[in-house]
Amino acid sequence: MSTNTQIYDSAKSASPAIEEIKDVIKYKDLIIQLIRRDIISRYKRSFLGIMWTMLNPLGTMIVLSIVFSRIFAMRGAYPAFVITNLVAFTFFSQTTTAALGSMLWGSDLFQRIYLPRTAFVLSSIGTGIVNILFSLVPLIIIYVFTKTPVTETILLLPIAILFLAAFALGFSLILSAAVVFFPDIAEMYPILLTAWMYLTPIIYPEEMLADVLGGWLLRLNPLYRLIRFFRLVTFDGIYPTMQEFLVAMLFSFGTLFIGWIFFTKQAKKFAYYV
Amino acid sequence: MSKTLTTAQENTAFFLEDVSVSYRIPDEKIPSIKEYAIRRIQGKIEYNSFLALDNINLSVNQGEIFGIIGRNGAGKSTLLKILARVLHPTEGHVWIKGKVYPLLQLGAGFHPELTGIENVYLNGTLLGHSRQDITEKLPEITDFAEIGDFINAPLRTYSSGMTARLGFSVATAWVPDILILDEILSVGDAAFVEKCSNRMKDFRESGATILLVSHSIDMVAELCQRAALLDHGKLVTVGDAKEVSEEYRKLIF
Repeated sequence: MSTNTQIYDSAKSASPAIEEIKDVIKYKDLIIQLIRRDIISRYKRSFLGIMWTMLNPLGTMIVLSIVFSRIFAMRGAYPAFVITNLVAFTFFSQTTTAALGSMLWGSDLFQRIYLPRTAFVLSSIGTGIVNILFSLVPLIIIYVFTKTPVTETILLLPIAILFLAAFALGFSLILSAAVVFFPDIAEMYPILLTAWMYLTPIIYPEEMLADVLGGWLLRLNPLYRLIRFFRLVTFDGIYPTMQEFLVAMLFSFGTLFIGWIFFTKQAKKFAYYV
Repeated sequence: MSKTLTTAQENTAFFLEDVSVSYRIPDEKIPSIKEYAIRRIQGKIEYNSFLALDNINLSVNQGEIFGIIGRNGAGKSTLLKILARVLHPTEGHVWIKGKVYPLLQLGAGFHPELTGIENVYLNGTLLGHSRQDITEKLPEITDFAEIGDFINAPLRTYSSGMTARLGFSVATAWVPDILILDEILSVGDAAFVEKCSNRMKDFRESGATILLVSHSIDMVAELCQRAALLDHGKLVTVGDAKEVSEEYRKLIF
């Protein structure tokens, strides 16, 4: 028997948010294993396998470029602009959708065995990070192809991805805690994502929304802030201002903080609803 | 029934004190989604509460093979969920010492596209082990499961018996403090059942507590020292396994 035996006492009410962090560290190999499973199982049976992670944004970009490049007159190459935004947005939409699905998929395991409740959501984000790194390959190819210069601002790309990941994690936690109590959210979410995509300057230049509601539609959209940050350091080759940096950080880590507290607080009740 | 101890003794494996679990059962007589939405907004959806466990007091010592019997819906599964920490009691106090392993039924958590080895890692980490721990135990796990070269093939090519054997060998590769056996010993052929029983004996000798949940009166009477009889969420009797089994026999026939 193990020497340092752990005691579980339901009467001891430690802070669930902190307990969850400790458990996640203990189960970190599980999260890595879940990421491996997601990536391996997704591509194992398709002929081109992992290549699809790179072909997907490329395909969407080509379609959008054919349709829109003449409509939106802008400086720089439209294909490079749109693939940059798409890579960032796809990260968000894929990770949050996967996290939502994993709560429903994982409900069977949650009924049988104790696991950190955030494990599936965390692994969804981890899978998304692996995928976004792969999709940087077609991004660079398009940059070379359209002669879009890559400057030293690209060194901030890890921070841009970190902000996106923190926001996606926080948002996923809120979403997946809520879906346990309101299953309808799973049906509504694709609609919300579509709406969010069209309200965020992804396929069109952001100047088009600059005046809407006095600019507040843009300013209050966290996804816009984070995708813009991502685009500034890659496509535009401009350093974000200190204010832009702080706002992006606040939106992403603020959401993560709220999501973590909310999710871990609700987690005890999950087994009663799933 | 006498009240159990509220503090753990030296050799207590777990105890439950005044534990109740009440589920909310929604009233399903709602004609349409529209109606449902309206009632939901008005807060008029009616829930009947269902007491799955009613004021349970139970204490089990380390190294016991303890049986839990009762009819369908008596609260056995709910009790196991409380012990596996997947369900937090609505009321009462649960105290557990050490690691609890539920035997994942026929390899729940396995993925059909992954190979046997990959699934061993996945299931091992689900049980809270590190990759390194699993790598050390890997030869032993694959030996015990007796699936030979299939270990490198995707799980979808396995027979159900092979899947069950692999699930069993991962789950029992480490000696837990408390093992929950939920109707699992009925898988596999006679030779494998024999191996499983031997492994259970090893566990008992190394001091693990085993919780056997079964409909089979004979199995409980034979393997367990003590047992508890549940009915309608209440603990009817706790005591010598043979006596409790007799009482259960009277209850159902």
